[in-house]
Amino acid sequence: MKSQPQKLPQIASPKASDPASTNDIRVRHLTWMILARALDDRMCKLKAQNLVPGSVFTGRGQEAYSAAGGMCLRPGDVFAPLIRDQAGRLAFGETIIDVVRTCMGKRTSSMRGRDGNIHRGNLDIGLLPMISHLGAMVSVVAGMLMARRFKGQLVGNDLTVGMASIGDGGMNAGALHEALNLAAVEKLPFVLLVANNQVAYSTFNDRTFACRDLVDRAVGYGVCGHSCDGTDATACLTTVSDAVARVRRGEGPQMVVATLLRLAGHGLHDPAEYVTPELKSRFGDCIQLDSNTLKVQGILTDADIERIWDDARTRIAAAVEQAMHEPDPDPAQEDWTAYSERDLKKVRS
Amino acid sequence: MTLAYLEAIRLALGESLDEDPRVFVYGQDVAGAFGGAFKVTKGIAERYKDRVLNAPISEDAMAGVAIGAALEGMRPVLEYQFADFATIAFNQFVNHAGTMFWRTGRSCPIVARLPVGGTPGGGPFHSQMPETWLSNHPGLVVVAPATVADAYFMLKDAIACQDPVMYCEHKYLYYHLKAEFDKTRAEHLPLGSAAVRRPGDDCTLISYSGMVHECLRAAEILDRDHGIDCEVIDLRCIRPLDTETILTSVCRTGRVVVATESWPFGGVAAEVLALVSSEAFSHLDAPPRRLCALDVPVPFHPDLFAAHHPDAERIAEAVLETMAF
Repeated sequence: MKSQPQKLPQIASPKASDPASTNDIRVRHLTWMILARALDDRMCKLKAQNLVPGSVFTGRGQEAYSAAGGMCLRPGDVFAPLIRDQAGRLAFGETIIDVVRTCMGKRTSSMRGRDGNIHRGNLDIGLLPMISHLGAMVSVVAGMLMARRFKGQLVGNDLTVGMASIGDGGMNAGALHEALNLAAVEKLPFVLLVANNQVAYSTFNDRTFACRDLVDRAVGYGVCGHSCDGTDATACLTTVSDAVARVRRGEGPQMVVATLLRLAGHGLHDPAEYVTPELKSRFGDCIQLDSNTLKVQGILTDADIERIWDDARTRIAAAVEQAMHEPDPDPAQEDWTAYSERDLKKVRS
Repeated sequence: MTLAYLEAIRLALGESLDEDPRVFVYGQDVAGAFGGAFKVTKGIAERYKDRVLNAPISEDAMAGVAIGAALEGMRPVLEYQFADFATIAFNQFVNHAGTMFWRTGRSCPIVARLPVGGTPGGGPFHSQMPETWLSNHPGLVVVAPATVADAYFMLKDAIACQDPVMYCEHKYLYYHLKAEFDKTRAEHLPLGSAAVRRPGDDCTLISYSGMVHECLRAAEILDRDHGIDCEVIDLRCIRPLDTETILTSVCRTGRVVVATESWPFGGVAAEVLALVSSEAFSHLDAPPRRLCALDVPVPFHPDLFAAHHPDAERIAEAVLETMAF
């Protein structure tokens, strides 16, 4: 059930009002990648300044793949990102200011300081706030899609899409297995983006799975499998958009496996000394690679790329400046209840 | 009409499907003519083929599906074949459903029907009482109906509730407990309230679920043989706990015995005793007592099983000791 990537199709980005040309899409793709990288870098600096509680988890090295996922989704779709999906989150519609606020634990953030960093989300736009337990978000996406089916909204050949991310580590969680099988049984319009970044925290592929390639599992679940080089931006766009297009047409769940390398530790606290120079030498940086390709092909100049970086840093600096002056949560003002029903004695059918 | 406890659950479920298109039922073997391992959905499933769906044996993913559907405005009712298997869904219940409102401000109105409690021959994995571990986590409502009327009204109220409700239905009561039931005349108690099942002045007996009936039997024995007048409280809702009803009674009687079918360590009985000890200490005439299941897994053999959890006779003995203090 493996498919060959087709030629680059049109991608409807949330930000695009008109069908964009292939080159425009590739430039926008790089722009999301750079924005995500610059934002991750700035969060690391804020951590060094002791302005961020907890750790910082970056998507370094996974931007091309993640951004492709976010760009292939539309308003109304559902996206359950994971740890290394800064790029995909932004491309799907997350705002820079909410990233900064949430990492700083601000009262103004979507999680109001009650949760932070990568656990942020915005249910109003279908961006699910992940819990830390790997695989747990997949069945929730399935449930949202089933709800839409109950409501008669999953009809036609241009379906709403649910997308979830997972890694080579999370692929071995029981929750992932249950949920992917269930999504296949229900023939849901679902895409699983698997990022094989070679290492689950510090444990390499040879100690996490025994199959030849994670994409081989697709046929076992009854879903269509796709593979791509996660460091190749164009391959990511082509493969992910093909998988999403199949889902929209009603072909059922798709699984994409991208091969890449996590270019950082698990979190900022982790120097990742276990990643050998030899392993590093086998993988490039998707942003450097794509920048070079776009230059060689005459699509962007050095100055253009520098402008994209400058613009990203300027926007992030403005968000940081704004968030710095916003209030922290106040324990004295906090509404300390985990229940939405204020008085259970008043609940009545 | 006379209704069994299980039939009351079925009635409430069927009416909820009738009345609310947002309600759907999801669980192992619930669909079609089969109607579930205990036949709760029998007859209903055939009426609602599109809203009573079989799930794969994926207890974790079932809960995730319910959470996702609830976020989209549905009112999912999960059937776990045995509450014991809901351990697989523990993560989704406590870490996902239970944290949703606190983290996001969004409600997560799911209902998980959990067939709880022991029956002879059930053994360690088909007999457990999950309310203790579920109640320890904030964000979950945990209810345990003990009467036919409660089985009906509490399920309907659970479906109306905005929070995730763990509805613990006792398997022994399914067919053993029958009562005259007319929903237009039966008492519809609030979801979060405890109930005084038998008023009394001498000692407060507190329990929930199947153990309420052992307490009522103990109260009869004590009244008949010893002239001791027990007040029996059915907690009904474990989380949140109706502390007012408990304290009002204990402050009046000055004596309390709590009986549960679940294990003692850090359990619901321990919680009630902690409440009574800290809030009603000066009103106590005797040390508060608890009777729980023995601190080993639920045994298979009927004789071992019968000895494993409190019964009316042992509860009566504990009350006598409390009265003699």
